[in-house]
Amino acid sequence: MASFSTNEFRSGLKVLLEGDPCSILDSEFVKPGKGQAFTRVKLRNLKTGRVWDRTFRSGDSLEAADVVETEMEYLYTDGEFWHFMKTDGSYEQVAAAETAVAEAKGWLKEQAACRITLWNDDPLSVVPPNFVELEVTQTDPGLRGDTAQGGVKPATLVTGATVRVPLFIEIGDVLRVDTRTGEYVSRVKA
Amino acid sequence: MLAARAEALAAVRCFFAERQVLEVQTPVLGRATVADPAIESIAAADPKRYLQTSPEYHMKRLLAAGAPSIYQLGPVFRRGEAGRWHNPEFTMLEWYRLGFDAAELMREVAALVDVLLGGGIYERRSYDELLGGRFGLTVPQGDAALLEAARQRGLDTDDANAAADLLLADALAALDSERVFVTGFPASQAALARFGPDGRAARFELVVRGVEVANGYHELLDADELARRMDRDNSKRRARGLDTIKPDAALIAAHRHGLPDCAGVAVGFDRLLALKLGAASLGEVLAFDWRRA
Repeated sequence: MASFSTNEFRSGLKVLLEGDPCSILDSEFVKPGKGQAFTRVKLRNLKTGRVWDRTFRSGDSLEAADVVETEMEYLYTDGEFWHFMKTDGSYEQVAAAETAVAEAKGWLKEQAACRITLWNDDPLSVVPPNFVELEVTQTDPGLRGDTAQGGVKPATLVTGATVRVPLFIEIGDVLRVDTRTGEYVSRVKA
Repeated sequence: MLAARAEALAAVRCFFAERQVLEVQTPVLGRATVADPAIESIAAADPKRYLQTSPEYHMKRLLAAGAPSIYQLGPVFRRGEAGRWHNPEFTMLEWYRLGFDAAELMREVAALVDVLLGGGIYERRSYDELLGGRFGLTVPQGDAALLEAARQRGLDTDDANAAADLLLADALAALDSERVFVTGFPASQAALARFGPDGRAARFELVVRGVEVANGYHELLDADELARRMDRDNSKRRARGLDTIKPDAALIAAHRHGLPDCAGVAVGFDRLLALKLGAASLGEVLAFDWRRA
């Protein structure tokens, strides 16, 4: 695998650090006039999401990480893995472990086009579409005049996720939800 | 920006004209270059010549030949130094004052900076205070403490010099005073400064808003010591796997002939201009920065 020297560091570059794939967020050249040169780097560990601060001596290098972002279609989950299929016509499938779908799993509907980050062809993270349409499987009947909750109530969706919805929403309704905020947008179909 | 740059260049020339310091121009391409292991030259021409990383050597040869106090304002080149506050080609203002010591030259540097940035207060911190204040290090406390402090700042190294360089850079960037002169550099970081009576280097730096702006010396005169330092620089270069640099025989000969007692300073003109204009990077005050040149 190729490697990158400090002078090639730039934001967005994917490198391996301590065995984990990382994305460089920021890289700054630091050098006292009569001192040695350094490159101060902020990296996001793509496995854990944590941000690391590291300093390298100029000329040091890091191994490149084979990280690619691709669009894939969500197929199904067997409870342990979430299965996705490439949309490039290859029908190739990958299985994502729960850590990779932790944020996305409440919004995954079959056939949804997701953005998947792959590291050595293994899914690191899954981003669902910005808006998804999901059916309500459980919600209390909305009582007219009950505004104690500010005119909203919880509703459980087919995926298991819970969103706050207006009182008129009933079981079986299909809702449009913004996956970035987890908020109800509108009722698509009663 | 172009007008502000032209105005600042004119202000600098006016400053030195009033003080009767003579403007000189020395070669940009020289046969010799610095052996300083932290500075890499760019080689050019055939047979090999180097784009000068500073006009220091040529200017000192002029002083040894009898020139009065002199200044130079022109381009210098350093390989690989590209970043927010670095550009491999930049404008350096360098001047030498006959009979000045470091304290007198610091006063003149402050006067020049006042002309460009407006009047201000200049604090003084010693090298030891900087490392001690920010990292709780008492210097010299030994390499282990330096290495551990650097490791906590995200640098994994077993080179105590590298650790000290990084810690100093961090301490400078975190200074809370706007304009600070740093003095009391250890002998190992004397570069071409003479040693003071305290055994420390007679060297100073000016840091403005966390950015290094000037580096000055009460100049080393001793030719033998100069040759020894160049050899030491080359040993460091070998240890780091860098090409060695042939010591500049003409400079050593000039010292042997006799460099007059003087103090000299180099100022990063582009950095001063960036600070004057409140720019967030050097690129903002260059007509074309390295990526676009």
